[in-house]
Amino acid sequence: MSSTDTKQGTSIPDRLRSPFTRAITSWEFLLLCVAILIFFLNVQASPYFLDPWNLSDATFNFTEKAMIAFAMALVIISGEIDLSVASIIALVSTCMGFLVQLGVDTPALVAAAILVGAACGAFNGVLVAGLGLPSIVVTIGTLSLFRGIAYIVLGDKAYSGYPESFAFFGQGYVWWVITFEMVLFAVVALLFYVLLHRTSFGRSTIAIGNNPTAALFAGIRVARVKFFLFVLTGIMSAVAAVCLTSRLGSTRPSIAAGWELEIVTMVVLGGVNILGGAGTIPGVVIAAIVMGMVTFGLGLLNVPGIVMSIFIGLLLIGVIALPIIIRRARQRVGS
Amino acid sequence: MAIPVNSSQSPILSLNGIVKTFPGVKALSSVSLDLYAGQVTALIGENGAGKSTLVKVLTGIYQPNSGTISIDGQVVSLATPTHAARAGVTAIHQETVLFDELTVAENIFIGHAPRTRFKLVDWRAMNRNAAALLEQIGASIKPTSLLRDLGIANKHLVAIARALSIDARVVIMDEPTAALSYKEIEELYLLVEQLKADGKAILFISHKFDEIFHIADRYSVFRDGELVDDGMIADTSSATLVKKMVGRSVGSIYPSRTNELGETILRVEGFSHATEFDDINFSVKKGEILGFYGLVGAGRSECMHSLFGVTRPSAGKLTVSGKSVTLKSPADAIAHGLVYVPEDRGQQGAITGLSIVDNIALPSMKATSNKGFVRMAQEYALARDYTQRLELKAAALDQLVGELSGGNQQKVVIAKWLATKPAIIILDEPTKGIDIGSKAAVHLFMSELASQGLAIIMVSSEIPEIIGMADRVIVMREGRQVAEIESESVSPELLVSAAAGIAEAGTA
Repeated sequence: MSSTDTKQGTSIPDRLRSPFTRAITSWEFLLLCVAILIFFLNVQASPYFLDPWNLSDATFNFTEKAMIAFAMALVIISGEIDLSVASIIALVSTCMGFLVQLGVDTPALVAAAILVGAACGAFNGVLVAGLGLPSIVVTIGTLSLFRGIAYIVLGDKAYSGYPESFAFFGQGYVWWVITFEMVLFAVVALLFYVLLHRTSFGRSTIAIGNNPTAALFAGIRVARVKFFLFVLTGIMSAVAAVCLTSRLGSTRPSIAAGWELEIVTMVVLGGVNILGGAGTIPGVVIAAIVMGMVTFGLGLLNVPGIVMSIFIGLLLIGVIALPIIIRRARQRVGS
Repeated sequence: MAIPVNSSQSPILSLNGIVKTFPGVKALSSVSLDLYAGQVTALIGENGAGKSTLVKVLTGIYQPNSGTISIDGQVVSLATPTHAARAGVTAIHQETVLFDELTVAENIFIGHAPRTRFKLVDWRAMNRNAAALLEQIGASIKPTSLLRDLGIANKHLVAIARALSIDARVVIMDEPTAALSYKEIEELYLLVEQLKADGKAILFISHKFDEIFHIADRYSVFRDGELVDDGMIADTSSATLVKKMVGRSVGSIYPSRTNELGETILRVEGFSHATEFDDINFSVKKGEILGFYGLVGAGRSECMHSLFGVTRPSAGKLTVSGKSVTLKSPADAIAHGLVYVPEDRGQQGAITGLSIVDNIALPSMKATSNKGFVRMAQEYALARDYTQRLELKAAALDQLVGELSGGNQQKVVIAKWLATKPAIIILDEPTKGIDIGSKAAVHLFMSELASQGLAIIMVSSEIPEIIGMADRVIVMREGRQVAEIESESVSPELLVSAAAGIAEAGTA
């Protein structure tokens, strides 16, 4: 065979667009602009908004949900979904309340919470990854199951009497207006950023969401990754349960009702593809702040809760539809 | 422009100055093409020459940036696939795009089913018409059977029946024979003749020159998104076409090899599966290319899937480098130095939504990462190295694999497996649907790998490839190993008769 080197051995450039152009044309950048816009609208709408203590209070609107949203983002990127997260909070909180009645102290309470959360996640994980059942069905089932257990244990009663040291998680300040939850939120965000964008595990998650068959053929242990993602979501739900229970100081079986919807909205608003395969943690961070500010701003304007729920619903439909509409418009224009 | 057979005849469909660009790539630059009634026009070109893009423009999937499409001299806009179908343009694709869970009749008539006077689907008329169409093309398929129960050849026939049912005037066949066996191809030829007789204009895309000279009346050669030549098949030769296609002359297609075979690296004994294959025994040595021949559906891919740990065998023993192993997953197989390049690159090979570099680095993550943390520099270095060796054509390494042509996607898939530095590589139809230039590059690369001591198992349905490349051939039929032939004594007749189960009457 005559040599093939007549075809010039050109090397392919690494990147098509510079990281800078990529950044400013990203969904995250658009979202950041929206966040800044909402911030100024809030400043205009209410003179109380800029008060540091007010702003600090406002963060409670999103910190707990966002901690679950990070784990949920990974689950959705892998092509699955977990709708049982709010019910895991209810079950975990109920377990903590039960243990408090037996005189268990804070460290053991937190440990028990994490354990119960992980067990709930593992239960979801076995059904989805082990038996190969569709996660949407499995987690709608466990959504009823986990909260159902909380209702059986508590009925219309409530647990309270949490130890004083327990209050720090949801009510404590680290420095000035900086709450413990804010610090935890930042640390968790950083950890998840590293996990998704800087580790082999994160790569595997994205690959699975794009094409589970090809990922399996590429030697990724698909079932194992998915199982671990559900356990992780269970653990993050438990962390959120600790913070929320601590902040409220009591447990009712209706705790965190409807949060799964807001968390999924947060994740999708953050630019995570609901069909799996793509998404970033910075996007979810900005989306969490946007949603927190909107809820808080509407609260300052005395908008009733039901209107906020309508708003969240519209937002969810809007952010799912928008990227699809944009993509179609781009195809029409051609290139 | 060449003179049509009948000079008074005007084309049914004309493309004029079609331009289509994608980010970083000009897929079609000012392309013109005429299709005539009752004639087969062969579309020839290397991977990435723009053939698939042209088909997508013709079927309303892509909109050209500029240029006109006219049918019977009238300029038309094929804005959506529905518009294209209404204009009488239909395509039979490489991988058929039909509905597995619907019946044959529903597949044929979906979108234009006959209706009763209550506007409901008239099932009886639909099944009757479907049966008539299928009979017309000589297909013995029941209209009421589910599509998923049919083989690939019969699915093609359903696609052709569908083309007839919408009364298409232009039929595009995108490598229709790629997945067909020898006998099925003969039947397809008869069908094409029939379509010609019915006055359809046929655009026939193929990489097989024997096929083109057998069936086509005219040709159009594409290179790098441009039309380089067109004319009558009778006025040209395959050597001329190849030269125009690659822009240079290609010598002998198969590299000559004289290999020192090393020690046995893989031994397979009594390998069986509940339904797919039974009692497979073979071994491969370092530096050897072992061919697996058989008809489509003979159980070769299924056997390879079990070897790679995707499916569980029911019995059998594997020995890799003298050690007995069980491979429970592809991850296990990769860890033991055994990799598999799948036949179905869209579903199993490439992750089209991810970039070239992500695809190539994926199975090598253990090597490129440090304690579980990815190292981008290492990943890019790996991708740069292997894309250069395989002469990949792409705009950038962070381009999505889905934006590449079929042949370049295949190069990415091969690159990603080679990057794991395996000891044994299974290539399942490694050159299926890729052009002569890329084919030769893949073959040359295979022989280089073998001379470096890699053991290669090559599953192929192409007889020249098996004969040209393999040191030893195993023939499978209906899940069983029916012959093992050394390269000195291999012949096309021997392979075909073993694969088809024809009793040999004393020949060779």
